[in-house]
Amino acid sequence: MKVLVSVKRVVDYNVKVRVNADNSGVDLSNAKMSMNPFCEIAVEEAIRLKEKGIANEVVVVSVGPKAAQDTLRTALALGADRGILVETEEQVESLGVAKVLQKVVQEEQPGLVILGKQAIDSDNNQTGQMLAALTGMGQGTFASEVLVDGESVAVTREIDGGLQTVSLKLPAIVTTDLRLNEPRYASLPNIMKAKKKPLETKTPESLGVDVKPRVKVLKVEAPEARKAGVQVNSVAELVGKLKAEAGVI
Amino acid sequence: MATLLIAEHNGTELAPATLSALTVAQQVGSDITVLVAGANVKAVADAAAQCSGVGKVLLAEGDSLAYDLAENLSELILSVAGDYSHIMAPSNSVSKDAMPRVAALLDVGQLSDITAVLSDVQFQRPIYAGNAIATVTSNDAVKVITVRAAAFDKAAATGGSAAVETLAAPADSGLSSWVNDELTQSERPELTAAERIVSGGRGVGSGENFALLEALADKLGAAVGASRAAVDSGFVPNDMQVGQTGKIVAPSLYMAFGISGAIQHLAGMKDSKVIVAVNKDEEAPIFQVADYGLVGDLFDVLPELTEKL
Repeated sequence: MKVLVSVKRVVDYNVKVRVNADNSGVDLSNAKMSMNPFCEIAVEEAIRLKEKGIANEVVVVSVGPKAAQDTLRTALALGADRGILVETEEQVESLGVAKVLQKVVQEEQPGLVILGKQAIDSDNNQTGQMLAALTGMGQGTFASEVLVDGESVAVTREIDGGLQTVSLKLPAIVTTDLRLNEPRYASLPNIMKAKKKPLETKTPESLGVDVKPRVKVLKVEAPEARKAGVQVNSVAELVGKLKAEAGVI
Repeated sequence: MATLLIAEHNGTELAPATLSALTVAQQVGSDITVLVAGANVKAVADAAAQCSGVGKVLLAEGDSLAYDLAENLSELILSVAGDYSHIMAPSNSVSKDAMPRVAALLDVGQLSDITAVLSDVQFQRPIYAGNAIATVTSNDAVKVITVRAAAFDKAAATGGSAAVETLAAPADSGLSSWVNDELTQSERPELTAAERIVSGGRGVGSGENFALLEALADKLGAAVGASRAAVDSGFVPNDMQVGQTGKIVAPSLYMAFGISGAIQHLAGMKDSKVIVAVNKDEEAPIFQVADYGLVGDLFDVLPELTEKL
């Protein structure tokens, strides 16, 4: 079975972003970028499926600027076999990415597609579900366990009250939650080897997809800052303040 | 402007988050229909019909809707979508699963997790783990929206007298099937609906030590939450996680014990009215958002606090 994994290049999760003074967006000019943490988990799961002999090829795909090549190389260094970059300088939103991925799925015919549950920049949590809709496949979102068994896959999902397990007919779409696995690090020899692995470049136009945004961002502002708090020195003082000043107990 | 609101419920009762989303629906327009879907949910539909401002309730009952499978639920929503300019739901694990599927089938974008309504077509939503607030609009004819319940007051659950209409449940998609649920049992209030939350992090040290937080929570009638560190260390189950990737909460009182205050955790609780932080490390970032900070050992503070309340 072929496994397709979609990865996104985002600002590193440890960076505290700043909003541009003109409210046009956030300032990413010198920010460290890396692979979205949920995508790392998706890549790891695909590689584990390969190590178990369930997957015979892992293809990684990214939609984004030329620099997203680095993100694909990272995935190749972790163990993916080849990469596809759908290059565009536009900010592509979830629906656009899902449409691009639908075309890639059509061409590649994977048995399973794995995505992260959300990207930590837009926090949308949409692409996997939209891809499932467009391809007419079943979806196992927020997965904390994935067990492929013949023609179906059992996905344990993190839902509000606990866990739910569903069985999906393959091919299917899975989106990863944090607890699915612990992603590995790339070793230096593998990083060198990844440079030789095939990386194909396409464009949304060559795939016949219109990625013009539907959701328009009119402005981006910094969140309201909280009023500075006070340090208390004892439990008694804390209880006193909560009762008298804050009135919450 | 006609709005379809997808109700959140537990099978017998309407979830408070539905009332918060109803507030959004009321701000968008006056023609509001609530859709209640499930296996045996007549009581929920009757409760929805009582809610203020609801014009009509659609009730869809059937085996295909029993376990909130997105493939079936999205088909149901799609079957009535043509009548509405706005389709919205409180942001929860069911709507996050199904709504993007609906949006894609309608060929429209989705506005996720909105926190403010500026007009019937302009909304605000947090991005970058809540470190920026985007004002967004959509050019699409239908706006598909999920609502961050913690950001809105609840609409009144009384005062309405809407008619309940029955919809046919969709046929099962055959794409997915339910295997089992493993739900966490708890007597305490539900995290996202709680007025007070007592939360623990890595500093709590073990699952057994969470008993100290539970004792305080019981005294306060509070829910118990946790940071990702506490969940990953196996202290508590993951549905207790507060943060960017867990639950988003905004109670009147949030008490953080042994939580450093990483960006991802703050994203889930920094809109709480009053934040209390107890931490040994006076440099912990949690103190930057805390209204009341106490530098000290939580193992000393917790029992004393529980006793003094």
